[in-house]
Amino acid sequence: MSDATNLTAQIDINTIPALGKEQLLELAMGPQHPSTHGVFRMNVVLDGERVMKLKPVFGYLHRNHEKIAESETYLGSMPYTDRLDYICSITNNWAYAIAVEKLAGIEVPERAEYLRVITGELTRLQNHACLLGFLMQDMGASGTPLMYAFREREKIMDLFEGLTGARMMCNYLRFGGCRVDTPAGWMDAARKVVAEFPRFLDEYENLLVGNEILMDRTQEVGILSKELAINAGISGPMARASGVDYDIRKVDHYSIYDRFNFRIPLGERGDVYDRYMIRFLEMRESIKILEQAMRDIPDGPIVDPKTKIRGFRPKPGEAYGRIESPKGELGFYLVSDGALNPYRYRVRPPSLINLTVLEDLCIGQNVADVVVILGSIDIVLGEVDR
Amino acid sequence: MNLENIKSEIEANVPGCQLEFVLNPSPSAQHSLRLDHAHAVAVATYLRDAADLRFDFCSNVTGIDWPAKELTEKVKVKKLVDGEEKEVEEVRKTTIPGTLEVVYHLFSVEKKHGPITLRMSTKDRETEVHMPSLTPVWRSAEFQEREIFDLFGVVFDGHPDLRRLLMWPDFIDHPMRRDYVAPDDFEYEPTAHDAVLQRANQHQSEAIAKLASEAEGK
Amino acid sequence: MVDEELKNEMSKQGIVTTTLQELYNWGRRSSLWPLNFGLACCAIEMIATTMARYDMARFGAEVFRPSPRQADLMIVAGTVTKKMAPQVVRLYNQMPEPKYVIAMGACAISGGPFKQGYNVLKGIDRYFPVDIYIPGCPPRPEALLDAFMSLQKMIDAQQLTGPNRPRHLNADAKSEFIVPKFGEHDLEPAQNSTVWKAPLVQISGTETDKSAK
Repeated sequence: MSDATNLTAQIDINTIPALGKEQLLELAMGPQHPSTHGVFRMNVVLDGERVMKLKPVFGYLHRNHEKIAESETYLGSMPYTDRLDYICSITNNWAYAIAVEKLAGIEVPERAEYLRVITGELTRLQNHACLLGFLMQDMGASGTPLMYAFREREKIMDLFEGLTGARMMCNYLRFGGCRVDTPAGWMDAARKVVAEFPRFLDEYENLLVGNEILMDRTQEVGILSKELAINAGISGPMARASGVDYDIRKVDHYSIYDRFNFRIPLGERGDVYDRYMIRFLEMRESIKILEQAMRDIPDGPIVDPKTKIRGFRPKPGEAYGRIESPKGELGFYLVSDGALNPYRYRVRPPSLINLTVLEDLCIGQNVADVVVILGSIDIVLGEVDR
Repeated sequence: MNLENIKSEIEANVPGCQLEFVLNPSPSAQHSLRLDHAHAVAVATYLRDAADLRFDFCSNVTGIDWPAKELTEKVKVKKLVDGEEKEVEEVRKTTIPGTLEVVYHLFSVEKKHGPITLRMSTKDRETEVHMPSLTPVWRSAEFQEREIFDLFGVVFDGHPDLRRLLMWPDFIDHPMRRDYVAPDDFEYEPTAHDAVLQRANQHQSEAIAKLASEAEGK
Repeated sequence: MVDEELKNEMSKQGIVTTTLQELYNWGRRSSLWPLNFGLACCAIEMIATTMARYDMARFGAEVFRPSPRQADLMIVAGTVTKKMAPQVVRLYNQMPEPKYVIAMGACAISGGPFKQGYNVLKGIDRYFPVDIYIPGCPPRPEALLDAFMSLQKMIDAQQLTGPNRPRHLNADAKSEFIVPKFGEHDLEPAQNSTVWKAPLVQISGTETDKSAK
């Protein structure tokens, strides 16, 4: 392995070819930096204010999720998935449940599918709301927008707490269904939150969307082309902002998304402004889905009592299951050798792969824009480093 | 999208490539193709560019470690025992050599189909750990291949920037390998049993001995 | 020291008495500025605590400083990985005295659910002293507020003089701790043995259990 270890040396600034200017400055942003959304580091090479090179450094939150999961039972990994993308725990549960259901061939009852859609779309609402708040914070609109976003988040947190018992780490889904049914009055409370949500969106749009400073900071900044987005595996709102018409809810027809009438908003230019606006539009579509799901939800069991959830051994084989998480394509790849625990357990993290193009987006931009571009990608470090 | 058809299509269009169909017996029925190293990039490029396939979206890249495994099976052999032909049971041991495997999951954004699964294996786990990189075909493989290099120790030839991704540069182990031994640095578990209990006891006696020696020193 | 009852009686008459120690501690505990430093999941709950609903500003602690030089309090909010640990210790060393540490959540206390991980530090108290521990995964915002009030009580009780005086008034006490280095397999050293000793716990039905008796 001697040649392998040689390759691990850090890039030396002296090896970067001269770019015509006399003085280049290497700046390490992070891992403790207020706008890196956690412990992420970028080594930026600057020529004055302009970014000439940018190398992300990962691993500051690498907490060995995959290694631990290979020694846990299948169900035992479910609470760990909560802590991947810790802003939206239920969609993580969902992706994992779908992968296991594919691996073991488990069916999900109808009511459970509706509950999954409702909780999943609520998760999308609060994720996008938080993202907008953080993005504004990164742009210097300190305080107010984030407080508005967190006000809405708290309402959805209360719903999650009423349903699952926990605010953030819901651990709600089970293979072949959900953990608990809704308590009395929960659905009405959820309807109320969803009915009031457009008011927040209107308020937020009035406050910020036409704002001149915001337009200046976001338009024509960090442009991602459609071709690069596809080739680099970009998924989720970020890809759709670049005009890639690809939403796994429509493509894979997973769960019961075929029953709902909703559209996929697409961006035109692929700049930060498009990525910002696409979240607004997606939230409005999510509200449509939620209204339809809450109207149609049938009675019935939330999990088939015959399904064995604990201590089951899937047949040897492998499965890749994926969903459209708020960040993008969240996939789980499981290899079973017939034992109680997966032989190989892999998370396909949308945040990490969306970060692949960070350097392409930032080159030639000002250093202050790096923060805004990073904010618009929507990363959560728990998922990037796992 | 039938994988058998795709396989014959690739074989017709990429001359000389050797593909192996890998059956997946689980209910997911996601079968895969094993590529040979020499033609991997050509096959990948064909999959990406062929007008009817257009697998332009490489979603997931990951490694799997398969350490060497010893299989013991009992075989009935006819043998001459004392001049008489008898059926005798014999234990045969076969060793399956260890290998590092890398798996690619492809989708098509344009045609909206997928997934198909590609796999490649290294010759062994110690020295012959090289494999062609598919980053020139799909950019999305870049960081994921770095991660595999870091955690499994597969060296991707043709990768533009192959450095450790998650662990620090001076780290020399490959922690996702099955035979990796993590540093022994936690002292006890509230509900210890079996191997963890043994380790907890050992740590405890070490700590007590240390306390005792400190007391003597005072 | 003024008698507590007498003091109350006098304050009813409009006479306020205080001591330098009380005044000093009151000033410090009422304007604790935390370091703007989130590690993982707990950081989101920490942010939620500063928002309108839980309103950490009521305790004079809403001023999150991005620079350790301006901060009094480090809230270790989340999993400390081995790759991150040297940076956390360095940040702690860069904070001026008096400085306090809250270990928020199971991961910061002991590694929590990720304790088996090869890259997870099993508790930040292996490298520097921690004042308040909050269990939970993640702790609710109320728990963080409670920890905050506990810390304020702790500061209130600190004496200006005498052998029990806090570290920042004791010129002999160390306020900087060794920053671990990246090794080939693990951090070096794996723990700061002057700060942290392996806990002696009773594991039921084991030899140490018997010997402890």
